[in-house]
Formats: sequence, C-alpha cells, structure tokens
Amino acid sequence: MTVILNQSFTGISIGAVLLLIALGLTLTFGQMGVINMAHGEFIMAGAYTTYVLQKSISGAGLSLLVALPVAFLVAGAMGALLEWLLIRRLYTRPLDTLLVTWGVSLMLQQLARDVFGAPNVQTAAPDLLTGNISLGGGITFANSRLFILGLALLSVVALTLILKLTPLGRRIRAVVQNRDLAEVSGIATGQVDRITFFIGSGLAGVAGVALTLVGPIGPTMGTNYIVDAFLVVVVGGIGQLKGSVITAFALGVLQSVLEYSTTVSVAKVIVLVAIVAFLQWRPQGLYTLRTRSLA
Amino acid sequence: MTTTTPPVTTPPVTTPPVPLLERLRVPGGFVLGAVLLLGVAPLALSDFRLSLLAKYLCYAIVAVGVSLAWGRGGLMVLGQGVFFGLGGYAMAMHLKLTDAAATGETLPDFMLLYGTGDALPWWWKPFANPAFALAMTVLLPMAVAAVLGFFVFQRRVKGAYFAILSQALAAALSIWLIGQQATTGGTNGLTDIQGFFGYSLDDPVNQRMVYFIIAVALLLLMALARQLFVSRYGELLIAVRDSEERVRFLGYNPANAKLVAYVVAAGMAGLAGALFVPAVGIISPALIGIVPSIGFVIGAAVGGRASLVGAVLGAIAVAWAQSTLSDEFPAAWTYLQGLLFVLAVGFLPGGLASLGVVLRRRRTRTLTRTGTPATGETA
Repeated sequence: MTVILNQSFTGISIGAVLLLIALGLTLTFGQMGVINMAHGEFIMAGAYTTYVLQKSISGAGLSLLVALPVAFLVAGAMGALLEWLLIRRLYTRPLDTLLVTWGVSLMLQQLARDVFGAPNVQTAAPDLLTGNISLGGGITFANSRLFILGLALLSVVALTLILKLTPLGRRIRAVVQNRDLAEVSGIATGQVDRITFFIGSGLAGVAGVALTLVGPIGPTMGTNYIVDAFLVVVVGGIGQLKGSVITAFALGVLQSVLEYSTTVSVAKVIVLVAIVAFLQWRPQGLYTLRTRSLA
Repeated sequence: MTTTTPPVTTPPVTTPPVPLLERLRVPGGFVLGAVLLLGVAPLALSDFRLSLLAKYLCYAIVAVGVSLAWGRGGLMVLGQGVFFGLGGYAMAMHLKLTDAAATGETLPDFMLLYGTGDALPWWWKPFANPAFALAMTVLLPMAVAAVLGFFVFQRRVKGAYFAILSQALAAALSIWLIGQQATTGGTNGLTDIQGFFGYSLDDPVNQRMVYFIIAVALLLLMALARQLFVSRYGELLIAVRDSEERVRFLGYNPANAKLVAYVVAAGMAGLAGALFVPAVGIISPALIGIVPSIGFVIGAAVGGRASLVGAVLGAIAVAWAQSTLSDEFPAAWTYLQGLLFVLAVGFLPGGLASLGVVLRRRRTRTLTRTGTPATGETA
C-alpha cells in the first residue's frame, strides 16, 4: 500500500512537470496548430535563465523567485520572435512547422552548447525546497516536487482566468474558433497569434525554471520531455486545458506505476500502446471543441 | 411552356491509364544514374570512399520510401528510424549468430560479456536461419507499420497526431533497446560484425560486393517507386494528400491508400537498415532514435520530397555533408543542418528539385508587374 501511494505521488509529480510543459503546447499546438519542436529549447532557455540569475543573485530562494517572471519573459520573447520570423509564414502548412522548428531547435541547442558549454550545469535549490514532507507510514513527498505541483496548478488557474475572463482571452478564443470571422470582426489576428505564442512559450520558460529543481540543466534537456508533452496534448484534445490536466496526471501515474512493476523501457512502450488504443476510442482526444468542420 | 431539360450526359472524365510502353520507358536520367553508380563510382573511388558511398546509398533507400509516403501521400513519417532499426537489428542478429558459430560459440560476444550467459533468448533463435532473418528485415518493419497504420488511419488520426505518434514510437523502440542490455547490446548496439553470409567483411573485395548489392537495391526500388507513382494507385495517393474528404466522398477509403504507402515505405526503410549493417558493421539505438528519424526526412526535404530523384540526391548530399563537416566542424555542421531545415522546408517546400520552377516563376512575375499577385501554394 505504501509503495503504491509513493509510486502514485511520484507519478503525480511527473504529471506536474508534464503539465507545466504541455500547458504552453496546449496554446501553441492545440489552439494554433503549430507543432513547435523548439518548445523544448524554450524550456532550456528558462532553465539557463535560472542558472545565470543564481550566479548573479545570492540566495537560491530569491533567485528562484526572480527567475520565474524573467524566464517567462525571456522564453516568451524568443517565442514571439520565432513566430514573427518564421511561423507566421507557415500557418497554411502546419505540418511543416514541425521540421522548421526542429531546425531552430538544433541551432538553439548548439548555441547553448557554445555559450554555456556541453556539460550539464546545476543550480542549488533553496533550503526550503530541499527536504521531504512525511505523511506518516513511510509516505514521503519531496518539497521541490510539491512546489512544482503548486506552480503547475497556479499556471493552469492563471491561464484559465486569462482565457475565460479577459478581453485578450476572448480574442484568442475567437481567433482559434474561427479565424476568418475574427478577422472580419476587427480582431488583429496576426497580433493575437504573436501574443498567444508569447504566452505559450513563456510558460515553457516557467517549466524550465521548475525543471532546475529536479535535474541537471543541459543543452538537450528539452528534447527529453518534448515528445511526452506532445502526447499529453494529443490525448487531452485540441486546445483543451482540462484535457491536458487530466492527461498529464494520468500518464504520469500510469508511467510511474508501470515503471515499478516492470522496467522504465517497457513502461514507455506500454504507455505508447495505451495511447494508440485510447485514440481508437476517442480519435480527437479526451475533450474536443465541437465544430462543424469535416476535417 | 416548360422545356424539360434532357438529362445532361457528360462524358465520363477518365484519365486514360498510362500506356504500358510509356510506363516501362526507362528515363535517360535513370540510365545515367545506373552507369554512375555501377560503373563510374567503383572505378573512380577508393575502397574507403566507396564504403562511405554505400552508407549514403542506404539513407537514399530510406528516402525513396519517404518520397512515397511523405511526398506523394502527405504522411509525415518521422519514425522511419524504427523500421530502419528493425531491419538492421534483424540482419545484425543473424550475422552475430553466424560470427559466433564460426568461432565455435553459441552466444554472440556481447552476451558472453554482459549477459546472463546461460542460453540464447528464444526470440534470437529463429534468426540463425538466414532465410528467416532476411525475410524479417522487410516483413517485420512492414508488420509493425501495418498494425500502427491500421489503427491510426482507420480512426482518421490526422497529420500532426500521426507525426507525433510515429516519433513516440521511435523514442520507445530506442529506449527499449537500450533497456535490454543483456539481449540487445544496450546503448552499444550490435557491433563488430565480421562476416556477411560466409564472406569476410574485412576483405575490400567483399566490401565492393556489398556496395554493388546496395546500389542495385536502390536502383530497383527507385524503379518500383516510379511504377507506383505512375499507376492509378499513385494518382489516388496524391488525391488523398490533397483532399482526403473528397476522396472519401468519391467512394474510396483513404485509410487504405495511406496504409499501403506507409507499409511500403517501412519495408524500404527496413531493407535499408539491413543493408546498412554489412556496409558499416554496426547497428545501435543511437542510429534509430528520434534525432536520426528526423534526419531521414531532412535529405528528402532538402532535395525535394515530391520528386523521387530529388529526395534520393538530397539524402545522399546531406549524408555526405554530414560526414565531411561534422567531424571537422561539429558546431558549424549543427548550425548548418538547422539552417537547412529552416530554409528548405520553410522557404522552398518543394526542395532543391523545385528551384528551377520557383526561379522561373519569380522571373516572369517581375517581368509582368501587372495582374493578380500569385496566390499561396495550394500544397
């Protein structure tokens, strides 16, 4: 029982990381149809931002707090620049964005290697986040994982509020649901696209800050998560925040429980098979936006 | 007075099937390519360069399948590494077993080193049979592609979803191979392959033989792909790529057309992997994961995904650039590779094969300044 609970907690914390990464993708991939492979490198940008800030600001706790907004801005700016330079030319060919942004991601990885060196670097976690919380009966939960869980949930709430309540959110949803109609209604769709990309990429930066608490920072850190995060969005359903939330935690727990009963590699394969099987049942993902489009 | 309009009888619009003679006509470029590959290259190149070319030709064989599935069928196949790997491992398992048998062992060398050392795993045993192993190099990838493709296409899982699923498959296979250290060689893969059906691979003469086998295989598969392209099936595949819904309304099942393209492309990648093993002497997870899987697509993208020759030449050129540049300037090569992706896919979607068309169109556009601006690509 203790083992199952502990494995579930591990799964929930894997899910929280996946959720943080998938949130940005839900916007850029789910809502805009852009497959941004450089999303992983925006995560890396957020992580290196934390690393740089910790070098210049003493106190791990303060630098972490400063890093959150700064990483959001840095990664968001990179995303907006990418959208402006390349992606806006490719909205009619969404599949090709995958290869183009893969090229960008290769260059960004090499840039990180040239600037920060190929070996992984490490940041110090604040004292507050280094311990464990014991829930009794041998069940423990790492503080850093708890922090990530909180950060993920906070991001979900913030994003939901922005999308549902603000004028900007209404414009984003309008563009997503019917681009042409939004355009003739006087919404500057190009501008909305860029802002959406800014927010989505910024969230990747925040995810990068969170990842510095659980692992080393390196040029290829983004690639380790990107495919899993895309799977979360695919299973969750196009542009559906609640779909991503449920899927991220479900996949996290499934992966972690399977890892315990089999091996990491076998668990990976089983999860993939489960996803393909799931898509037989619901090809459009867990939640879908009802439209009359044929496709 | 109402006139009853007679039922309009439009003559059925049929494109006559390409006449047999026309289909079997051998293009001059193909002959030229055959002469270059089979005649000039073996004479002009040193043994070392020829074995490098053999390796590039293996990538070109994958590109033939990519041109079919992606260029014609619009299926972004980002998991070709899976099929390349299955073919490669099937071949390498057989060669490792015969190598071991030649030295009087029953287990391949890496199993003696790291493995439990007891017995050959049951799923290794059939690969001792050469016919079975050879068949598996093609059939195994095709079977995996058929199962995944059937489930995915039948439920109309579309473009991006399919690309991501095939990518996840590549990740899963390479992670699984790494995890099974004792039976697959783990990260190292199957290395140090000595013989090829009784011939020693150390002998340059036998290396040349391997080169000829690969070159002939490439030429045959290109001919096969061309036959597919000009057939009715080829037309249907293009129709599916351009407007899947209309094809469905016309009574065809687009899923079947896609499945065939995906399975054939998988078989080609498997054969390429199988031929790669004697040419290079190694197969490992690093050669088949997500990164190399995307790499298989870049050559076709740069050369021109819709053009068979473009895709093949692109694959060879990119592989050549990779091995010449990445050793001396690894950083510069990575930047260049990224830039190639961005420029080729983003700004020249037809690849270098379409450069002539694009330039011609640009020139006429600047000459005739009037008229409607060119509308976006309909591809």
